[in-house]
Amino acid sequence: MKILITGINGAHARMVALRLRARGDEILGIDRRPWPDAPEGVHVFQTDVRKRPAADVFRQHRPDVVIHMATITHFTASAEERLRINLHGTRLVFEYCHEFGVKQAVFVGRHTIYGAAPDAPLYRTEEEPPLAVSTFPELADLVAADLFAAAALWRWPNLKTAVLRMVYMLGPTHRGTLASFLAGPRVPTILGFDPLYHFMHDEDGVEAIVRAVDHQLSGIYNVAGPPPVPLSTLARGTGRQPIPIPEPLFKYSAGRFGLPYLPPGAVAHIKHPIVVDATAFRRATNFEHKHDAHAVMVSFRES
Amino acid sequence: MGPFRLEILTSRDVRDRLERLELPFNQYGMDPFGISKKHLGVFYSMLEAFYKTYFRVRCFGIENVPERGSAMLVGNHSGGLPVDGGMVLASLFFARDLPRHATGMVEKFAGNWPFVSEWFSRVGQLPGLPEHAVRLLQDGRLLMVFPEGARGTGKLFKDRYRLVQFGTGFMRIALQTGAPIVPFAFIGGEEALPTVYHARTLAKIVGAPYWPVPPYLVPFPLPLGCEIHYGKPMHFPGTGREPDEVIEGYVEQVKSVVELLVIRGCALHRQRAGATSEQEPTDSQSPTSGSDDGTAP
Repeated sequence: MKILITGINGAHARMVALRLRARGDEILGIDRRPWPDAPEGVHVFQTDVRKRPAADVFRQHRPDVVIHMATITHFTASAEERLRINLHGTRLVFEYCHEFGVKQAVFVGRHTIYGAAPDAPLYRTEEEPPLAVSTFPELADLVAADLFAAAALWRWPNLKTAVLRMVYMLGPTHRGTLASFLAGPRVPTILGFDPLYHFMHDEDGVEAIVRAVDHQLSGIYNVAGPPPVPLSTLARGTGRQPIPIPEPLFKYSAGRFGLPYLPPGAVAHIKHPIVVDATAFRRATNFEHKHDAHAVMVSFRES
Repeated sequence: MGPFRLEILTSRDVRDRLERLELPFNQYGMDPFGISKKHLGVFYSMLEAFYKTYFRVRCFGIENVPERGSAMLVGNHSGGLPVDGGMVLASLFFARDLPRHATGMVEKFAGNWPFVSEWFSRVGQLPGLPEHAVRLLQDGRLLMVFPEGARGTGKLFKDRYRLVQFGTGFMRIALQTGAPIVPFAFIGGEEALPTVYHARTLAKIVGAPYWPVPPYLVPFPLPLGCEIHYGKPMHFPGTGREPDEVIEGYVEQVKSVVELLVIRGCALHRQRAGATSEQEPTDSQSPTSGSDDGTAP
């Protein structure tokens, strides 16, 4: 099968590429960054998904499956840049999928779009609205990208579209939103709050994406591994020191004293949990995580 | 909140009972709803002191609460602070050999209070959302519901034990999940914290629906004896999609049973209060060995 992965140079995208390559799929990749030592059978086109050469990759190579992973979550990029890549990029990729006869598109999204709020249900099902537009306005571009991808389900019914709302991926790659939050020796928490954090091992996340392809999944699915653990447990389990900060002082401490920089909207996501119900995905793909929460934290700490 | 400090605060009885509690704790002592065994230890040890010593709670009809599987406990709300909720949880944990843990449906404002929010979620007291209720019951758990809501605890002393309007959401959820309803009455809460006035400005500042002011000003309950009366489980036919009038009829049935339990409970309570002035009542009406249908003699 010919599989195109956008954003192939991300750590998790590379893992997906190698997994699929190892079992014999032909892999195409689009990324602005080069992958100089890409293995044989992985063909990387160094371009932006929003530029004309990207369309040509679709036109000339006609992939069967597209795994869209060219989204950014880090806040070092400006809001405009994030919107351009996350929303406009997603829009173009889906339009190409439709135009050039792709059979299945897998959008790798995030569970954070559900947003953290004190009066939100603990377990979010796929029917829950994306509260992040108000609880964490800086994530609006990702919410829009997720909803746009999901709109392909009715817009182009012939294109099998899987929207995966994945919990944080954590592990030896040290990449991803949660890994950045836990990068330093100290982890900021809000005094008097200890929300549950839902995360899964890098490899389990990759396995879930591969399963979505194998089962030709179509629909919106939450993807999760082991049950969530409190932020304090996560911090200690990864060998970090949780630093509880009173909420009014929080904005003054972000980016200082060895604590990570976080946008103002992140406060709600450090106060309240975002936990998803991934039953539908497990049922549809027989997915079982291999690493429990303890194993995930140890693998992150020791690599 | 280091793990060792917390465990020191757990009594031996609570520790033993926690071992018998049938919750799926993982290696961190956490269950999938975020309930922490460690926090439960401290929580129940604190409730134990109130349940056994401070309020000297007597529990009748605990056998009406199923030992396993889902059930919705529905009762009257009273007494300014949700002392009744704490004591009902304690009765389920202490009143018989096999302890059970119930999840209360907490007012949403508590989710924004530091420490309160953290502790409530660690001891399985979740914001009162239908999604939580359905999920917990489908998971075979006990749910504690006060359909009067804050209207119940917020009533003034002059209106004590007079039930205010019951919400109807609980009934649809009970029908949807097939969970039995176990009615109960909590007696003594109104006298323990008699609210004579509501401090509205203070309530607004802290984001609470009301702030109770007793005659002695500090809103802390007095050490008066309390009773809990569980009635027989009630089952209603339906799917939860019935029209409002059907649901309201069912809710009225539950409310009248709770009302009856309250009336009978109050009679016993007065008897006990009278006896206390002379001597403590004999143990024939003591916890768990009390009358079999949860009603007073």
